[in-house]
Amino acid sequence: MHALDFDYMAGLVPILLGYLPLTLGMAAAGMICALLLSCLLAVIRVSRVPGLNGAALLFISFFRGTPLLVQLFLFYYGLPQIFSFLVSINGITATIMGLTLHFSAYMAESIRAAIIGIDRSQTEAALSIGMTRAQLMRRIILPQATRVATPTLMNYFIDMIKSTSLAFTLGVTELMGATQKEAAGSFLYFEAFLVVAVIYWVIVEALSWLQKWLEQRLNRAYQR
Amino acid sequence: MIALSGLTKRFGDHTVLDHIDLELERGEIIVVIGPSGTGKSTLLRCINFLETPDAGQLTVGELSFDVTRATKRDILALRRRTAFVFQNYALFAHRTALENIAESMIVVQGMAKAEAHRRARAILERIGLADRADAFPAALSGGQQQRVGIGRAMATGAEVILFDEPTSALDPEWVEEVLTLMKQLATERQTMIVVSHEMQFARDVADRVVFMDGGRLIEQAPPHELFTRPRDERTRTFLRKVLASAPQPES
Repeated sequence: MHALDFDYMAGLVPILLGYLPLTLGMAAAGMICALLLSCLLAVIRVSRVPGLNGAALLFISFFRGTPLLVQLFLFYYGLPQIFSFLVSINGITATIMGLTLHFSAYMAESIRAAIIGIDRSQTEAALSIGMTRAQLMRRIILPQATRVATPTLMNYFIDMIKSTSLAFTLGVTELMGATQKEAAGSFLYFEAFLVVAVIYWVIVEALSWLQKWLEQRLNRAYQR
Repeated sequence: MIALSGLTKRFGDHTVLDHIDLELERGEIIVVIGPSGTGKSTLLRCINFLETPDAGQLTVGELSFDVTRATKRDILALRRRTAFVFQNYALFAHRTALENIAESMIVVQGMAKAEAHRRARAILERIGLADRADAFPAALSGGQQQRVGIGRAMATGAEVILFDEPTSALDPEWVEEVLTLMKQLATERQTMIVVSHEMQFARDVADRVVFMDGGRLIEQAPPHELFTRPRDERTRTFLRKVLASAPQPES
């Protein structure tokens, strides 16, 4: 057993932080795409759009039923063998795609639950004043469902940030990939992975704090 | 101007509305009374297509169609010509009183937001809630919420407002303010169909009282006539029951 090399660890922090924008960028892009896709899936499920409902169910079942790592390998290593136009897909795009599809399956169910939780009489009220189904969704249901679903969606975002580390297996040098390279050069694996663990931890803690603050604000709403 | 003919609605084997014929003129106020579960609310909900009727013809102004052949466009047009006041208010929880009222003007009528808010303020003035414009429904009393519900219906500019037991969910202390507002609308000759158990309101305000029982329209007459000389035995039985505890009609 050797003593921890604190100087090495301190030197590593700024190096690794340089990769933070890529990690957070992939998570943010994945989250935005996943939000759009999951809203679409949830609306399809709630309104039981004929044909599409079955497709949405199958999609959700598959992406919840298989590991994210398997999905990433399927997209990055597998699909280009079948569809030649995907040969040029890079690891970052494949990661964002994988995160989007994987997390939208989970998020769709949360959003669906939030939509169902809104009092049915508001739907009737909106229809009774002459709104179309689309207007009802956009102006009445989704704004309220978003509020209900926000705490859960924040959890998924936090999970997604951690999951970006899997991009390293697709050859992307993000936070985890960079750590691996640094560790391989110095042989100080424990120090290197401890530093990266703490970096992830701090990001997640900061977001949890933001989540709590957001929840408190949201709970205050509608009381004025 | 508003006419239902042969309006029928079934839930499974149970016929909730059995060939209802009803006509009303612009500015007429009709109160529908009858025992619970006789299809009064379903009747209103069918006029707004919140329930899809199984047969009949619906006419509101120039719009007229066979309900079995109603297109999406017909239904939307019908809903834009009718407005609904719900028993449980059904206000949009994420919108303030002002926004609840302005919503239909902005979204359905395509009015600019500033203009819609200006008109919504005028409506708040009329319903006596100008000082609560920025309150969310959760912060309003039951009576205030129902007045906003009525304001929201007024804002649609609908030809007829359908009131589905508007005071039934209210604590007794709030009933009066809602009835007062409805009376005010009645004096302005707003066309309305009101399903209510408030017999005094029916007597004071209605041009015509309609008695329903078992999914059928049993009889209709001006209130003084229906309350004092009901023709049908079922009407008499019902009135005896509900008026037993209430003050007797003046002759």
